Amino acid sequence: MSKYYVNKFLYTVDRDPELLQRYIDEPRTFVATWEQSIGPKLLGNDVEASTVHSLTHEEREALINHDYQALFEMGAHFFLNLTIFIGIYDEPYLKKSGPLSFQREFAARLQDWHGKDYPSVET
Amino acid sequence: MAKLVATLASTHHPFYLKATTAPPEQQMPEAPTWKRKIEAYRETLAKAEPDVLVMIGSDHFHQIFLDNCPQFLIGKAERYDATFYNEEREFGIPKYVLEGDEAMSRFMHQSLMNQNFDFAFSNELKIDHSIICPIITVRPQNDLPVVPIYTNIFAPPLHTPKRFYEVGRAIRKAIDDFPSDKRVAAIGTGHLSLELGGPRQFMETGPDPVFDRQAIEWLKSGDIDAILENVTHESMAQSGNATHGFLNFILMLGVAGPEGADYVDNLDLFHTMEAYFTWYPKEAAA
Repeated sequence: MSKYYVNKFLYTVDRDPELLQRYIDEPRTFVATWEQSIGPKLLGNDVEASTVHSLTHEEREALINHDYQALFEMGAHFFLNLTIFIGIYDEPYLKKSGPLSFQREFAARLQDWHGKDYPSVET
Repeated sequence: MAKLVATLASTHHPFYLKATTAPPEQQMPEAPTWKRKIEAYRETLAKAEPDVLVMIGSDHFHQIFLDNCPQFLIGKAERYDATFYNEEREFGIPKYVLEGDEAMSRFMHQSLMNQNFDFAFSNELKIDHSIICPIITVRPQNDLPVVPIYTNIFAPPLHTPKRFYEVGRAIRKAIDDFPSDKRVAAIGTGHLSLELGGPRQFMETGPDPVFDRQAIEWLKSGDIDAILENVTHESMAQSGNATHGFLNFILMLGVAGPEGADYVDNLDLFHTMEAYFTWYPKEAAA
């Protein structure tokens, strides 16, 4: 499990509108592209790369499937895991079901965790 | 020496601007009350007539990430841009530019180091809603220079509640020792109980109303001993996965000193408890 690398995906994509759109339009292709050419780059340095981290199969599939429940359960950071999917789903849910409907569906899918210790987000 | 004229500690709510500037027919029912409370709170800063603002907040993974995450950081720049793309997208917060006070930043950084607090620094800090929200609420004219300070409330392991209080005391000393005749206000924001990205998010109340009421009482009375006896990382996690923002309230009580607040207000919103506190140093009290 590389929580760091999952968080790096969420962080780099959430803060860039072009990357976010590519993630919305073609998640499988985009996750592959990210693993090859975006993830390895050191943050703030387009020249130097790192070979330290890689995604597991489960992490890759969770990212491809926008599976925020699985990401929560793997210990992805709660803030990054929420905001990127708000960026993707808030507007369509708002039009369909009203304000905060996506956020409440997000919470509903995690109800089995209510009253339990959540997976650690420590990296 | 500089003079601390007010210490403000509040929750920050990124939806305030949008909620109170939307067309009235689209506003949430609490919006008029929320606006009145904010305007009353704003007056507690205005009456202190500050010249400069020391602002304590926390980056929400907008600029600072897990490859190089400081526990405490001070901005040292001539000015600061604010509001990242994804905050504009999610909260409707516009772009800002805040004037810095580089000389005061430099002095405070050295003072904090001299007091054995190993602050990181940034000469190019872009600030996020943790500092822009209080500008929007208590100083919307954005006419004062700022010294921004960031704490880590997000990326475990976090420092202890006691350390946050001690950092607050050290910030207070750095302000008091600054060789200037400036009137300084310290403004810090955090959270009471809060859940983000978890099963208790966006409910009808905050995730732990009992903690919220207790926390308000502790801050109202300035009871740092009770806070340090009762608030742990484990207890905060049980009150909501983002409740660690309460650490910034503890820090601000350190800036004010363990004294009762001069102004206390709160507002129970749909998914969180808002709270607003102001302390005036005893010698500056009216």
